Amino acid sequence: MPELEAVLHPPAIIAELKKNQITHVVWLPDSETNFMYQLLTSEPSLDLVPVCREGETMAIAAGLWVGGKKPVVLIQNTGIFESGDSIRGLGLDINQPLVMLVGYRGWSRHGVTTDSAARFIEHILHAWGINYYLIETDEDANRISTAMEEAQRTQRPVAVLVGTEFGA
Amino acid sequence: MINNADAVKLLDRKRAGGVLVPTMNANNVKFGLPAVTTNEKLDLPLSGAMGKASSVALGLALAHPDRKVMCLDGDGSLLMNLGTMVTIANKAPKNLYHFLFNNGVYAVTGGQPVPGEGIMTWEDAAKAAGYAAVFSFDDLEDFTTGIDQVLAASGPVFINLRIAPEIENTPVNLRPRPRRNIQTAIKELPEALAARSPRR
Repeated sequence: MPELEAVLHPPAIIAELKKNQITHVVWLPDSETNFMYQLLTSEPSLDLVPVCREGETMAIAAGLWVGGKKPVVLIQNTGIFESGDSIRGLGLDINQPLVMLVGYRGWSRHGVTTDSAARFIEHILHAWGINYYLIETDEDANRISTAMEEAQRTQRPVAVLVGTEFGA
Repeated sequence: MINNADAVKLLDRKRAGGVLVPTMNANNVKFGLPAVTTNEKLDLPLSGAMGKASSVALGLALAHPDRKVMCLDGDGSLLMNLGTMVTIANKAPKNLYHFLFNNGVYAVTGGQPVPGEGIMTWEDAAKAAGYAAVFSFDDLEDFTTGIDQVLAASGPVFINLRIAPEIENTPVNLRPRPRRNIQTAIKELPEALAARSPRR
């Protein structure tokens, strides 16, 4: 069986964040993001804000946004489930133009999706009326800019589902 | 114990251009900050934030490191979001002051005791989490005497205030509504923040 080949590399994501003048990445690591961590910590234009639980991320981002900064959230889809009330009260209700980069745990284009984290996430986003984009390769990364533009235009949170593990 | 209104009045008097982020009883329209504030454009009132006032305050403190940010939290609220204490201590903003309005009960739902009341010590929790300084006051005279020392300390600072419970049993839809909500505050605060930052 061929070895799994990563097709999305952290530099492509970092380049998008820099292009959009992102100031802070509020995050909790997930299994897809270790290579991203190494790069984020070495990027001087981005301030990394680690949290203990994902529901903190939207609230911290709200404070940063009201304070004039431009944060993104970087968490796993499991964290979206945990963050429900923060997304409601401190994302949607206050019209925060927040882009949430979400690790799409369990996502597969091949065969049956057995992980409920993958099976439920798009339904949950639909329920909130949160639009989302899928990225799986470096070529998809510019959808982050699309999400940024949409969040600013609509003054609503927008999700970017990261459908693959990052490569080194 | 300290009267809730006396505590918010003292903090408002000492704010000196600081942003106040109150929630729950500290944000009560009758005896919380909205009833006494002298600079509401620098208030960010958070009702029903399910424990996230301190997280919002952290974001503000990181965005404006030259301006004091004072979170007026509740004990029931903080219990919902205990990890915030470690998140705050880890990021260590020198301008963040985390005041805990510790009344031991869920005052807005009829006064049921919060978990850990009489067992947990907030000062120890804050020290263990890694706050740069920790204070505790259980009467107004000591708080009034000590507030300057608190605000002179480099943050993040945690201040446990033992507050007398003021319990509400009125149905929620019959309670007075806030004149100024978070949406208004979010529109007004950026302009107020853009004004020259006060000296710390």
